[in-house]
Amino acid sequence: MLGGELGTAVKSAIEHQVKVGDFFGAADLVPVTQAHIMADTESLGEAGVRWLESLAGARVRVPTITDPRGTDFAKASVLKQPAWAVELERRAVQAFARLGVLMTDTCINYQTIQAPARGESVAFGDTGVVIYANSVCGARSNYEGGPSALAAGLTGRTPRYGFHLEECRRATLRVRVDFEPQTLNDWGALGGVIGRLAGNYWAVPYIEGLEAAPGSDALKHFGAAMASFGSIALFHLAGITPEAAQSGGSELKASHWVSEVDVKALQSAYAGEQEIDVVVFSAPQLSLYELRSLAALCEGRRFRKPLLAVTSPQVKPDADRFGLTRKIEDAGGHVLSGMCFYQSYAREIAEANGWKRLATNSAKLVNILGGYGYVPLLASMERCVEAAEKGRLPG
Amino acid sequence: MIFTARHAIGSKVRGEALVAHDGFSARYDLDRIRGTFSRPSHKLAGQSYAGKVLVLDTAKGGVATAWMLHEMASRGIVPLAIVLNSVNPILAQGAAFGNVTLLAGFDGDITAKVPHGATVEIDPASRSLRVL
Repeated sequence: MLGGELGTAVKSAIEHQVKVGDFFGAADLVPVTQAHIMADTESLGEAGVRWLESLAGARVRVPTITDPRGTDFAKASVLKQPAWAVELERRAVQAFARLGVLMTDTCINYQTIQAPARGESVAFGDTGVVIYANSVCGARSNYEGGPSALAAGLTGRTPRYGFHLEECRRATLRVRVDFEPQTLNDWGALGGVIGRLAGNYWAVPYIEGLEAAPGSDALKHFGAAMASFGSIALFHLAGITPEAAQSGGSELKASHWVSEVDVKALQSAYAGEQEIDVVVFSAPQLSLYELRSLAALCEGRRFRKPLLAVTSPQVKPDADRFGLTRKIEDAGGHVLSGMCFYQSYAREIAEANGWKRLATNSAKLVNILGGYGYVPLLASMERCVEAAEKGRLPG
Repeated sequence: MIFTARHAIGSKVRGEALVAHDGFSARYDLDRIRGTFSRPSHKLAGQSYAGKVLVLDTAKGGVATAWMLHEMASRGIVPLAIVLNSVNPILAQGAAFGNVTLLAGFDGDITAKVPHGATVEIDPASRSLRVL
């Protein structure tokens, strides 16, 4: 590969991996079974898309899939996305397809495509995907940014450092939780609190005190927020996640206690306004079960404010078949597919639509959107739906 | 004053340091069109980062920075270098892809040692930061 016999794209991919591996002191490369690329065009820009197009002729060697795109082409006009942005997305899609990348456009591939198995080495992008794969599935991945995930797809391997190494997967701090989350926004807020406590990528929280095994959607919001607030890539839940017992966490001195007060404090930091401009369910994309809950809440309502529910292209057809999309859209909402709100030119669509005060049940989303000029508000799905109907969050 | 890092990548550069004990994520923290820190709660909010040496605590947030450093570099609105106490793979991958100089991992808190506004020289070959 380094000699260029497999083409210039593979040569530059392996050179990139050697650079990154050297930075972290990787001894060698580990074969991966699949790669997942974050590559919305707000991130790539014109320069990134041109770079992708320059790779034409190369083909990925292992199954390589994509994170959400920067638009739902069928709904771009609803979002009032600029034409140049949609065109850039089209070019990126074409460039990826030429490389043999499967355009799955999802950040919940562990729910919709194929969850990795325990011990499986993968190269995943999207921090929520990585933390779920590492923690819940027991798979092995570092955060792989788009260029690195694509490099892994092209070479079939990735530098062996970080969470590919047994020693990096051991718990580094012990967190005692005295709070039972009830809603997805509670789970996200708890994840956010622990993410802030842990503080950096190399920290691995061992968390005890959660009595009931959470479902996949709860763990999705919990992990996504922990990754977002703390850059965390792996956690262990005592008695629940597969590597918790061997993580050494129970031998650590408990250093942090998290109570309802801490979780409510994080939530209240995103509760400054009652009036809202838009309601968004996204980040991560909604599962079929979340859409089912949302559809039930929408029945019999008529929204005064836009409500956007974002899911994956794998879930959307089922939501259509089961009448969930119709229930949400009959109330005046929109079900969007294959994108994620914050990856879809959030600044431009805020200006085009006059959106500033945004209500959501996603702790990850509120953490991101402040930098895009929004006033993000965190509330339960029920309160968000009511806000879409009445124009303000209920007290 | 010279400080030595455990990890380094990129070219030797010299420039003005913007220093804060805060995190860094291109997606979460920056208005990349204007070239300023835009997250209201960030300690460098409102300040221009273009051509500056950012001396910050840790890499935060998502994976987008890996693309965004390259995109910012293509428009010439990019930090000259990034210096962190603690780095995640995304910053390293982004620095490698976007040809941005990066130093990370010091004994002690580098944000407490480099004066805000100081002129500094970063030499990845010797993994060093020198306050001039």
